[in-house]
Amino acid sequence: MHATDWLAYAYLAVGVLVMFGPVVWLVASSFKTAAGLLEFPPTFLPYAQQTVEVDGFDQLLPLFDVTLEDGNVRRLAQIRRVGIQAQMVDPAAPDQRITVGIDQREQVRELRLAWENYTVPLRRFNFLSYLRNSVVVTITATIITLLVNSMAAFALSKYRFRGRNLVFLLIIGTLMIPISVILVPVYLVITQVGWVNNLWGVIIPGAATPTGVFLLRQYMLTIPDQLLDAGRIDGASEWRLYWQIVLPLSAPAMAVLAIFSVMWRWNDFLWPLIVLTRSELFTLQVGLNAFQGELNVQWHYVLAMTVLTLLPITVVFAFLQRFITTGIASSGVKQ
Amino acid sequence: MKRSPRPAAKDLPGRLAFGGFAAVMSLLGLAIEPLQRLFGVRRMAWVFLAPNLAIFGIFILFPMAMNFYYAFTGGTALYPQDRPFVGTQNFERIFACSNYLDPSTCREDLFWRAVFNSGTFVLLHVAGLVGFALVTALVLNAKIRARGFFRSVYFYPVLLSPVVVALLWKWILQRDGLLNAIRVALDLERVLFLLNADWAMFWVIFVTIWANMGFHTLILLAGLQSIPAELYEAAQIDGTGPLRSFRHITLPLLMPNVMVVLVLAMIRAVQQFDLVYVLTGGGPGSATLLMVQYIYEVGFASQIQRFGLAASASVTLGVVLLIITLIQLRVGRGSESHLA
Amino acid sequence: MSRCARSILAAPMTVLAVLAGSALAQVELRMTWYDDGSESQVMRDLLDRFEAENPGIEVVMDVVPYSSGILQSLPLQLASFQGPDLARVTDLGGLSEYFIDLRPLVSDAGYWDANFGPFLDWMRPAGSDAIPGFMTQLTVTGPYVNATLFEQAGVEVPTGDTSWTEWAELSREVAEATGTPYAMAMDRTGHRLAGPAISMGARFFDDTGYPAIDDEGFRRMAQLMLDWHADGTKIPDVWIGSSGSYVAGNEQFVNAQVAFYMSGSWQIGQFTNLIGDAFDWQAVPNPCGPEACTGMPGGAALVGIADTDHPEEVALVLDFLAQEEQLAEFYGRTLFIPGHLGLAESGVDFDAELPATVAALDTFARQVPKLHPTAYALQGYPYNRVVFDAVRDRLTQAMVGELTLDQAIERMQSDIDEQIEEAQ
Repeated sequence: MHATDWLAYAYLAVGVLVMFGPVVWLVASSFKTAAGLLEFPPTFLPYAQQTVEVDGFDQLLPLFDVTLEDGNVRRLAQIRRVGIQAQMVDPAAPDQRITVGIDQREQVRELRLAWENYTVPLRRFNFLSYLRNSVVVTITATIITLLVNSMAAFALSKYRFRGRNLVFLLIIGTLMIPISVILVPVYLVITQVGWVNNLWGVIIPGAATPTGVFLLRQYMLTIPDQLLDAGRIDGASEWRLYWQIVLPLSAPAMAVLAIFSVMWRWNDFLWPLIVLTRSELFTLQVGLNAFQGELNVQWHYVLAMTVLTLLPITVVFAFLQRFITTGIASSGVKQ
Repeated sequence: MKRSPRPAAKDLPGRLAFGGFAAVMSLLGLAIEPLQRLFGVRRMAWVFLAPNLAIFGIFILFPMAMNFYYAFTGGTALYPQDRPFVGTQNFERIFACSNYLDPSTCREDLFWRAVFNSGTFVLLHVAGLVGFALVTALVLNAKIRARGFFRSVYFYPVLLSPVVVALLWKWILQRDGLLNAIRVALDLERVLFLLNADWAMFWVIFVTIWANMGFHTLILLAGLQSIPAELYEAAQIDGTGPLRSFRHITLPLLMPNVMVVLVLAMIRAVQQFDLVYVLTGGGPGSATLLMVQYIYEVGFASQIQRFGLAASASVTLGVVLLIITLIQLRVGRGSESHLA
Repeated sequence: MSRCARSILAAPMTVLAVLAGSALAQVELRMTWYDDGSESQVMRDLLDRFEAENPGIEVVMDVVPYSSGILQSLPLQLASFQGPDLARVTDLGGLSEYFIDLRPLVSDAGYWDANFGPFLDWMRPAGSDAIPGFMTQLTVTGPYVNATLFEQAGVEVPTGDTSWTEWAELSREVAEATGTPYAMAMDRTGHRLAGPAISMGARFFDDTGYPAIDDEGFRRMAQLMLDWHADGTKIPDVWIGSSGSYVAGNEQFVNAQVAFYMSGSWQIGQFTNLIGDAFDWQAVPNPCGPEACTGMPGGAALVGIADTDHPEEVALVLDFLAQEEQLAEFYGRTLFIPGHLGLAESGVDFDAELPATVAALDTFARQVPKLHPTAYALQGYPYNRVVFDAVRDRLTQAMVGELTLDQAIERMQSDIDEQIEEAQ
């Protein structure tokens, strides 16, 4: 079956290109200067114009290769450009000024990573504060989600009681309405509870996820009831059965839910945007959006900050990626 | 009392983590276990359900009920008690069309454009998504090396926030972006992708598939891997070709997973909002205006926020989605039994 | 607790109570702000000075994006009593019901009346005499041109009254000659379109003062917009590129992709920083139509919110910031046109080195007397955002061919009617 193997690898290669390519391009471009980003056609590697120190001038002057009238090409530094003429100077002979038309110049470039794309905005973009808020919200919310959803799933899978199906259908039924649609009513509830501008207002409302309950319930259904009965005969309380038997056995599904919860909370944007108006409470996504709004023309900063917000989740992913696949596999989706 | 099964923690951090977990759970148990004496074993179910139901009830169910009520009110007041009751006026406004197939004859023409756009989008997106996910899952299921790496590659975009994905692709599709650079390098003319109605819809579908495919691929892969290999071996011995074994072994046994993927993908597609909003803003014109964006704009983004109209549109959307989901499940159950 | 223990605890408790009490005396005011450029730094400096003079008051600035923060979230916050203490807003009429009245709280209300008089009308409901705040800037819409491109093309930048069609022709010539992709750009908002439309004869209101869009002048301008987008004069990325929200064409202008850019005076600060001397840019007077050569007035105001817990402190902050000394510094550093009558007359010492900047400020300042009365009326109309958004969205649909111009104009009017009806 060699042909199909080659086809498979070809398909996968294209897949890597299409899936990873854009992100790699993003990272590479985030190191280009503003001028570099404007170039067309774009280069893959970041190039920046060389600058040189010239006697008698305070600032570094940009270097150009200038084609003179006699056809020679000289490397000159530019003092200033006025209209369609540029005033140039030879770095070796700084006293003599040469005037050329702007069309006669060509930039001299070197490979350079524009680290300032990252450092400059960080001074204005309160990255650490936003990062801290995002981390706090994500971790707290995930813990609460895991606890609350697993308790509910336990009840719905291991007990028979009146109203069980109704509750379950109610929970699943709400999948039909996206939260962006009930934004205003939820916001009103938050104001009544007094959680506006409070991280709890971002953490709690999303903790009772229908998907989470569904996922865990599916998995818990596969846990044999005999285990629980045996525990009960031995005198264990329901609570102990829950956390000493059912939870450990549900670890794969819990891992999946944990990863999804981290992902949802980390990327949550619309909801924190409405609830949090105090800048010290902003999460990373809200902060990035606010920052972009300020700099709609300065793509080099926007790209750099976007890469920065990608980093934490990439790191988490690199560590946890094996759990995702085994978790989904064993969460008994087949049922 | 018999020892319950615990995951063996051989290293110190693992033991500490487990110890911490046990401590916290025991602490919570101090509050919860006494309730068992009060309620008995069977009613403990409600105790376990209580936190979830409380959050769910207060922050999801109650606002949904409020939203439902809003659909029957008018005016611009924020609080329900300040809003005048107008009966079915909002619904009448939405459904006021002389020709349902031509949005420009409707009073709320943007609503119906959004309906058609969403319909097109959902159909093409789900078809593409399931198709690509299936193919990818089949490829990944074969005996290839570095399977874990390739799995991660496909799953990675799922982790990115919709806003980041939209910004990234918006920038790539720009007039002077990467794609046009490639076109120019191949001696083709630039295409202003997001300024052309058909291209914009294409890219909306492409980017949303790009961002979500990995998740569904893994579900299908899990399903494929749980099909016993003996079935294929037996089929081979019988002389069945690969295409026939796909049709008679793979597809039927994979059907439950495919159904899950179909339902989840469809629900998400109907509710698609932030990615498209950042990528095209619903444009050009209203070519990629989807339902949730319409609701958001009417009820939120205008100077006069018409909560009533937005609510009625969202209720309509919810009802339609429910019906479609039920139909899907019914058809799915039918095909399962048919193929088995 | 034994008596002995209680008396031992009493002393530290008293100290704690005193400390807590004095800590409570610290008032924290929240100011919601947005930036056109980097004015937040200037405001921060002024606030730091205020805090130094008033040690019990702290003012925290929350800088949010204009579109999602100020236009969308702020009204919701104000309606649910979760708003800040101060805010920089542009929807003056629409949000006026939420603004504070400083008249009883400031020491010299006469100063406010004398210097902010006409602008206060924009910020308060009709017939009220409240003083909600002051203008952070007065803005005038008007075009900029890339003078370097004109020079390269050998086309002279016209001075004096020039019509829109003439400008379009000249810009096209320049674009062709210099290989610039497009000739013109305009911000994607009905507000920017209103000035040219009024110049073309649009009246925007009927005799009762209710918005009526459909007239010859408006149609003339709308048709021009359609033609320009169809024949490649106007860069499509701005109006067609991103529906559903405000899009500015400043990126295209800064990157020298257009020769002519219709925007407004608030861009001066940003252009000074971003363009620098990459090319010569200049502001030009508003182009003319048969009726006028007008732009639109506008501006943003810093107002106090009525619902605040600390009205006296808010009044102190606003009174401080509104004094000539502070405002002169604010306008001087942000390069905004003063919204203070006294300063407008005596002149502000703008912190501008670039001759382009000074010239631009001067040009815009001289546009103010040429503003048409309809422009003022439109700006003062409380539901003007409804009008602008309807015009913007429906015209875009006409540009891409989803609607004919007639259908678009019909829809503009029905959109406006339906929304205003809902608000009654």
